[in-house]
Amino acid sequence: MDSILIQLLIILVKIVGFTFVLTLPLIAYSVYAERRFAAVIQDRVGPNRTGIPLTLFGGKKDLPVQGLLQPLADGLKFILKEDFTPSHVHKFFFWIAPGLTMVPALLTLCVIPFGSELWGEKLVIADIAVGPLFIFAIASLSVYGITFAGWSSNNKYSFFGGVRSCAQMISYEISLGLSIVPVLMIFGQLNLTDIVTWQANHGWLLLPFTFDDGFQCGLSQFGGAIGYFLWFPLMLSFFIFTVSIFAETNRMPFDLPECETELVGGYHTEYSSMKFALFFLGEYAAMIVGSALIVTLFFGGWSLGFGLDALLQDAQGNWLPYAGLVHLAAFLGKVIFFILFFILVRWTVPRFRYDQLMKLGWVVFFELALINVLVAAVIMAAPSMIERGESLALSALALGTIIFSALMFYIAKTFDKKPKANA
Amino acid sequence: MPTILFYLFALIMIGGGIGVVALKNPVSSALSMIVSFIGLAALFVGLNAYFVGILQILVYTGAVMVLFLFIIMLLDLKKEEEKQFSSSSIAAGVVIPTLLVLQLIAVFQTSDFGNFQAITPESLAMSEQQLDPSIPADSVIRSSMAAENLADRKLPDVNLIGHKLFNEYNLPLQIIAVLLLVATVGCVALSKKLKAKS
Repeated sequence: MDSILIQLLIILVKIVGFTFVLTLPLIAYSVYAERRFAAVIQDRVGPNRTGIPLTLFGGKKDLPVQGLLQPLADGLKFILKEDFTPSHVHKFFFWIAPGLTMVPALLTLCVIPFGSELWGEKLVIADIAVGPLFIFAIASLSVYGITFAGWSSNNKYSFFGGVRSCAQMISYEISLGLSIVPVLMIFGQLNLTDIVTWQANHGWLLLPFTFDDGFQCGLSQFGGAIGYFLWFPLMLSFFIFTVSIFAETNRMPFDLPECETELVGGYHTEYSSMKFALFFLGEYAAMIVGSALIVTLFFGGWSLGFGLDALLQDAQGNWLPYAGLVHLAAFLGKVIFFILFFILVRWTVPRFRYDQLMKLGWVVFFELALINVLVAAVIMAAPSMIERGESLALSALALGTIIFSALMFYIAKTFDKKPKANA
Repeated sequence: MPTILFYLFALIMIGGGIGVVALKNPVSSALSMIVSFIGLAALFVGLNAYFVGILQILVYTGAVMVLFLFIIMLLDLKKEEEKQFSSSSIAAGVVIPTLLVLQLIAVFQTSDFGNFQAITPESLAMSEQQLDPSIPADSVIRSSMAAENLADRKLPDVNLIGHKLFNEYNLPLQIIAVLLLVATVGCVALSKKLKAKS
């Protein structure tokens, strides 16, 4: 009984630590980073005043520490504002919608490996065997929050926002799922901790080099030099996956559900104070989970990469006591880099039109991801087929893939053109 | 501990199921159905079938129910809310579940649970040792992900399902895939035709 209690306590500490101590401040400060970064891009100053209010305690001047206390002030403002519920809404759904957006985004955190091991405990809340699938499944629940918000507001603009987001998220889930199939074929498993361990030993997936034992390429285990070609499908996977994450999290350039120029405020037009803040936090939480997933699958998760992780192991291959902290810092560094990348894209790329968005998802990415799976499969099968003397079958396979791709490109190019005879 | 969780999620599931039938507003019914599906997924996870549980959420809750909701929200809900239950539908609602319960009872009566063994870390370690000794130590099966997972005392359910599907049931799988594709293409073709006429 005691050991169960201790285990429960450890899990509780992990949950509180990773969600409330680590991720929520990260969310708050990514809002701050967004505003400061946007200001830099637009040649403004941004929020740089909110600091320690020394005047409250009889000081002569406030201490503005570059506006670093802005998130605190924002949070306080959201809580203290009047929480107004319009009279024409469906009350129940109006109230649960913000929670339904925020909770799934935070739930997905529980399978993300934040680091290797600290005092013999893995730095992941639930080390389950279906990691990426779990994230996709739970993340797909957050569509309900936005849809319910749009519908229950009983307002045409909000409803459009909800329906748009619904269609958009379902469409991009397909390319999201298909794009990581080549990645999972290489790892051969779905456990995120094992995926990261593979990358710690063989180099990050997109930078598969290790230098600890002389220069080595991790992809060479898939048939020597032929394995190097796997890098191209992987790069394409990374591209499709990243763009789809932008669409899944409703970030610019795909933030059509809350497109101000067309829909006032989109699905959260009718929301105020903390309920609005929950939508806001949910969006940023989804963004952080998205960056964490990109980092975990393509950039080695918590691993330092380039064979440097071997320095943190003792002779038996166990992690040193402080290895977990180093890895946690590496992971957070990479995630913050991707958050800044998300922000950079938001303030550089103009918003898509809705039909362009749908076309990109269904006509371009869907086909591209399918072809990508085939190409990766042919490259992975090639070495053993050549070994068995089946070169003819291999070239037939390669030819089939090329013909399939050409056909796909042809269909994608022509399918939208209206037949001229009728026009 | 697992038993408490079982009853908790079973309660959530049944509550959701009752909500689907009892609530008048179709959107509330859809939400109850989602709750019911999530309870069901949790029950699968409780049975160590992580993959099936996750698929339950991914396919039914994340995709099918979203489309349901999409349609329901575009309907005129006022009319639906005023509808009264007719006696014939209540009768059908009593008879069909009763038949299903009877069938379930019949299945439980005839099935034999004599060889049942709970999946625990110990039983997984045992089944790893009981792997057919005729398999040589350096064969692919010994070094496969499934065997590695067993040695780690984890149930390799994803690997086993994948292995079974793609080795033993490859042809049926391909045929089902083609059938689904035909249905999708048919759907698109039908909607395109309607658009052209109007």
